[in-house]
Order: sequence, then C-alpha cells, then structure tokens
Amino acid sequence: MEIKWYIFLSVALFCIGIIGALTRRNAIIVFMCIELMLNSVNLLLVAFSKMHMHGMGAVFPQYATDAQLFVFFIMVVAAAEVSVGLAIIVMMYRNTHSIDINFLNRLKN
Amino acid sequence: MEITQILFWFLSALAVVAAVGVVLSKSPIYSVLWLIVVFFSISGHYILMNAQFLAIVNIIVYAGAIMVLFLFVIMMMNLNAEAEPAKNIYLKIAGVIAGMCLMIVFVAALAQSADIKVPIAKGTDIGLIKNLGKALFTTYVIPFEISSVLFLSAMVGAVVIGKKEQ
Repeated sequence: MEIKWYIFLSVALFCIGIIGALTRRNAIIVFMCIELMLNSVNLLLVAFSKMHMHGMGAVFPQYATDAQLFVFFIMVVAAAEVSVGLAIIVMMYRNTHSIDINFLNRLKN
Repeated sequence: MEITQILFWFLSALAVVAAVGVVLSKSPIYSVLWLIVVFFSISGHYILMNAQFLAIVNIIVYAGAIMVLFLFVIMMMNLNAEAEPAKNIYLKIAGVIAGMCLMIVFVAALAQSADIKVPIAKGTDIGLIKNLGKALFTTYVIPFEISSVLFLSAMVGAVVIGKKEQ
C-alpha cells in the first residue's frame, strides 16, 4: 500500500472535520469535529512512521519509535483537553441555557 | 487484490462515511455514535500498519473514555433536543466551499511530491508494546512524568470550572 492513499484519507477526514466545525452551531458537535481532525493527524503520523522503513529507518529504527510515541502524547493531551473543554461547555450551558455557539459572540455580560 | 488492500479500502470507506455522518446528523447522540465508528476504523488502520499499542490505546482512550464523557454530558444535561435555530444558509455554503477548497489545495500540492509512491513497510515490529515501552521509560521518561502533572492540573481545572458558583 503506497503512502499516498493514507495521505488522501487523512486529508479527507481533516477536511470533513473542518467543514463540520465551520457549519455546525452546536458546541458539542464542533468539539467532536475537532477530535476528528486530531485523529486524522494521528493516522498520518503513524503512516509516516512506517514510510521509510526500507531505507533510512532500517538503519535508525528509533525514528519510527519517536513518531509513534508522539502519537501517544497527542492522545494524552487530547484526553486532558476534552475534560476541560466539556467542563467549559457545561458551564456555558448553565449560564446561557443553550449550547449554541452564536451566543458566544460577545466577551462581556 | 490482497486481503490487506481489501481491508484498507473497506476501513477507509467506513471512516469517511462515518465522518460525514458525524457532520450531518441532527442529534448529538447520533454524532457521538458515528464518531465511535470512525475511531474503530482508525484503530483498524493502526492494526493494519502493525501499530498494535496505538490501536489498543486509541480504543481505550478515545472510544472508551472520551466518547463516554461526551455521552454523559449530553444525557445528563438533556442536550439532545434539536436546539439549532434557523441559521444563515450562505454561511453553511461558504463553510462547505472553504473546506472543499482546502482539500483541493492539499491534494493538488501533495500529488506532485516525489515521495508519494513510497510503499508502507510491512511486518516491522516497531509498534509493539515492548519497543514502545522501552523507549517511553528511557528516552521519554521526563515528558511521561510531565504528562501526569498535566492530567492532574486538567482534573483540578475541570472540577473548578464545572463547580456551581455560590
């Protein structure tokens, strides 16, 4: 399997996530689209970690290990981000009784 | 066509269809369920690339923990009602066109690359838990410990933000 199919799949998932984040008004769905974009980038990083295993990576296999550990740390940071982000959405619902992000267009009140 | 290629195309189609389902479904519950399908298909891709540790972590962390968190927030706050008001249709069209333009730019820029036909290596044991764990606890032990502090601060922050104000 060539690397280009993984690249095109990741690009498709990323752009679907961007379209969702731009068009939907529900804060939870926007948040889920951001998670979708994070996952497409993770998929691309794992595909790149297996890309050069015939040439350079066969001599230095720690580069591929670095890429997969980077994906692991992205998952760790995403988990922390989701907990804080959902707390913010809950606070927003408690204050405005809505999760429509159009209500967040002002910084005061 | 080999079995791995058939699995690749099946998982790719499943991921794209489920991602479209996340964006298009009216109710947030259905969006969460579609997103779980996306995460399982991405885990299938990890297994096809022999990155078994990341596949398991992806299922446990994303499909297991994060999506349950989303479902709890949606169900406990009763957010499932269709609350989106009538919105500007031109903004939606502009968003779709902007996303499509980004996709076209990415594909057109990457299709010219010289490295685009490099094949993915098969059967390497990079992604096994033994290798990744050894690297995680020797080279990357300091970022690992710092991430535990990050989790502690995220937990404290979530409690402080979500607490009722007196």
